[in-house]
Amino acid sequence: MAKISLKVNGKPRVVDADPATPLLYILRNDLELNGPRFGCGLAQCGACTVIIDGKAVRSCVTPVRSIQGQAITTLEGLGNAANPHPLQKAFIEEQALQCGYCMNGILMNAKVLLDKNPDPTVEQIKEHLDPILCRCGSHLRVIRAIRRAAALVKA
Amino acid sequence: MEKKDISRRELLQSTGALVVGFSLLGDSPALAQEQIAGMQGVPDGMASYPYANPDYLDPTSLDSWLAVTQDGSITVFTGKVDIGTGIETALGQMAAEELDVPFHKVRVAMGDTAKTVDQGRTAGSQTIARAGPQLRQAAAAGRLELLKLASARLGAPVENLSVTDGIVSVAGEPKRSISYGDLLGGKQFNVRITASGIQGAMVVAPEVRPKNFKDYRVVGKSVPRVDLPAKLTGEFKFTSDVRVPRMLHGRVVRPRAAISGPPTVDESSVRHIPGVVKVVREGTFVGVVAESEWASIQAAKALKVTWPAPSNKLPSNPDDIALYLKDSKSARDLTAVNKGNVDTALSRASKTFEATYHWPFQMHAMMGPCCAVADVRGDTATVWTGAQGPFTTRDRVASLLKTAKRNVSVIFVESAGSYGRLTADDTVEDAVVLSRAVGKPVRVQWMREDEHVWSPKGPQQLLTARAGVNAEGRIVAWDYLDHSFPWSESQGTPQLAERQVGAKTELLGNPNGVNGGGEYYDFENHRVMAKVVAWPQDEPSPLRTCALRSPGEPPRNFGSECFMDEVAAGMGVDPVQFRLRHLKNKRIVEALQAATQKAGWTPRPAPAPESSGPIAKGKGVALTIRGNTIIVAVSEVEVERTTGKVAVKRVTIAHDCGLIVNPEGLKIQLDGNVMQGISRTLMEEIKYDASGVKSVDWVTHPVIRFKQVPEVEAVLINRPEIPPSGGAEPSIVVIPASIGNAIFDAVGVRLRQVPFTPQRVLAALKSKSTVSSVA
Repeated sequence: MAKISLKVNGKPRVVDADPATPLLYILRNDLELNGPRFGCGLAQCGACTVIIDGKAVRSCVTPVRSIQGQAITTLEGLGNAANPHPLQKAFIEEQALQCGYCMNGILMNAKVLLDKNPDPTVEQIKEHLDPILCRCGSHLRVIRAIRRAAALVKA
Repeated sequence: MEKKDISRRELLQSTGALVVGFSLLGDSPALAQEQIAGMQGVPDGMASYPYANPDYLDPTSLDSWLAVTQDGSITVFTGKVDIGTGIETALGQMAAEELDVPFHKVRVAMGDTAKTVDQGRTAGSQTIARAGPQLRQAAAAGRLELLKLASARLGAPVENLSVTDGIVSVAGEPKRSISYGDLLGGKQFNVRITASGIQGAMVVAPEVRPKNFKDYRVVGKSVPRVDLPAKLTGEFKFTSDVRVPRMLHGRVVRPRAAISGPPTVDESSVRHIPGVVKVVREGTFVGVVAESEWASIQAAKALKVTWPAPSNKLPSNPDDIALYLKDSKSARDLTAVNKGNVDTALSRASKTFEATYHWPFQMHAMMGPCCAVADVRGDTATVWTGAQGPFTTRDRVASLLKTAKRNVSVIFVESAGSYGRLTADDTVEDAVVLSRAVGKPVRVQWMREDEHVWSPKGPQQLLTARAGVNAEGRIVAWDYLDHSFPWSESQGTPQLAERQVGAKTELLGNPNGVNGGGEYYDFENHRVMAKVVAWPQDEPSPLRTCALRSPGEPPRNFGSECFMDEVAAGMGVDPVQFRLRHLKNKRIVEALQAATQKAGWTPRPAPAPESSGPIAKGKGVALTIRGNTIIVAVSEVEVERTTGKVAVKRVTIAHDCGLIVNPEGLKIQLDGNVMQGISRTLMEEIKYDASGVKSVDWVTHPVIRFKQVPEVEAVLINRPEIPPSGGAEPSIVVIPASIGNAIFDAVGVRLRQVPFTPQRVLAALKSKSTVSSVA
């Protein structure tokens, strides 16, 4: 066990943990941030995605010691009910989910895409989200919602 | 045990909502069969239900269904649960409609064995069709009671009162008014209503007349789903987010093959991992409990466990299982239709056809592996789970703990979409065994491999079809037979951990259904049956089985609707025209016309005239009736000739489920059924052999991704005069056959085995197999 300093959603946090612990379990269990989810623990599905220094990172395979001091953004850092991110707003308007378990991965990867490319085409969205799984089959609405979010940001 | 649950229970006991009595039901297998009968829409046939039963909330108490708070908000209690399909919103709409309150004033409390009436497990797309009317009647009864209270307070007869947004007023005198909150806020109704039957077949307050559909203002509107905003911000709590004081983390250890006996376990192999609390062994069950989740994961991985070799008494590859299905004696026959004399008619037909279709073992593949928390204290337990049947889960835990049902409280918390998989939440029993062993609450989440290997599967099916056509080109004999395994995990049967610690079962398990084999066509001699083949699993096997979205019907419809196409092609007739020739049901005819019109169907026989170029295009149709829901799909595919790759480009679905409660909510479900249907048709097959399951993660078991999704056109047919039927799963039924038929249209080869992998398509293209027509 060791004291580990993290910067999560703009706030400094200190946890006492085995430094080899994947970030996902630290975020969920030590910091009680439920946004990132356990889907596979194998970096295959994307449900655990967080954004670290602007990049989408699979937190289920990222040892916490490797990202000390870097800026981590989780779904909670994107926005909340009172002050939603354009993506969250657009996803509600498009009713773009069913069970919602994959949504963390979809939203966090969509955020990274929009930050790089503020007006992605349908094909670019499909390409970017292809590594992220959704089992309920909300894909079409997700694509529409990201296009809508892009329009919201522009407006 | 959570304080508020005890207090609610005590409160209810003190108000007489729960009265001590005796159970006529017990734990009999007959009951399990009746439960399924209820789920399938068959009346339970029991003269009376022992409502005065301490194990169940009393449905004849209005307070079991509704609570009114000071501000006029209403809580509706339902034993049903939302598994990601939006029934929380739709049921709320139905209750708000009857109560004349704005939708946002209604909250739906779901699936708590201490706080809700047992309305049967959430399965079979039966919630709106069965629980909907139950809640609607309870709400209508509640409105009537509120009117009676208002009548006394306002000094006006009930007939002169009207309700707007939860405010009761005297007709023509809007100032003489009082709100629901002022009438009853915080107090109980203390009113009896009538109820008969149990679970899905329960009839609630039939004496109260509900609103006429013509007056609906909330039902029929696309009210946004109430659960979605919190799911987009991380504020939503899934089962995996449940944390209770003193909670430890557990993981289970199982092999990839059947468990034939207790393993040898080297506990010293995990001693070096800090935070490990205990290695738990009981019977053939092995699990670890640790202070942190990461420690439990590491310990489960590091623990040296040597399993005895599986006995392999059962066939262990798809071909052998197909033979086993074909050759085994039927343990039970199910009949959808049996009319005329099929065999005689076949022998006299001017042309006959026959074909055999294969469907593999498939899995639900939930995005989040199952997860539960259990707190066992002596002979009592509290369980948090995403199980689709909180009451059946409660009964299984009681059986495992050898305690009374009333000592177990099951609280539903939503999981990842489960599509039938959580009829049996295995982590509940795992967590119960582990919590009992360590005396503290334990959270168990399965790892991805646990879920892929050990989740109960949709069983392999074999479909055989024969048809005879007369000189006028009409089918005069139709003989369709499904060969299928029952569900070993039926919840009337002990499940995984319970069996590992010693429970045995002789039960067959609930059958995988019979519908979807063309029973809706009008044939003079007509037989659609299912042969239920016993699948003896005296040792727990990863090929355990349970209901998978529209159980058994996508396979049966794949066979029957492809066969219909084969016959149409053999007769040189357009597949739509050929179907219309044999359809009398007006609703299905209208849905077929609506779908084909929207899809731009050009009538001509399949396959399409031979084209050149690397890509061949085709369209295929399939239809069915599931429950009282009618679905027609037209799929458009592109087949890459050199690789055998199939891409579904567009799917048009016509959907008629009677009254549509929430049109947008229904469209979301149609999207989902199309995507999952394509995935199961083109990609999904569980790989296994004698050494065990080989499909262990998302790489070894791919599912549909963003680049593979088609456009979806939904044609919603609303029939407000017809009671609503299901929408969460019926539309997956027609996807496989519509794709198979579209491939035939495109390239003239008939695929009779799912999934349509590029290898299979390529092999078929090479051999250019023709219709198995026997003149």
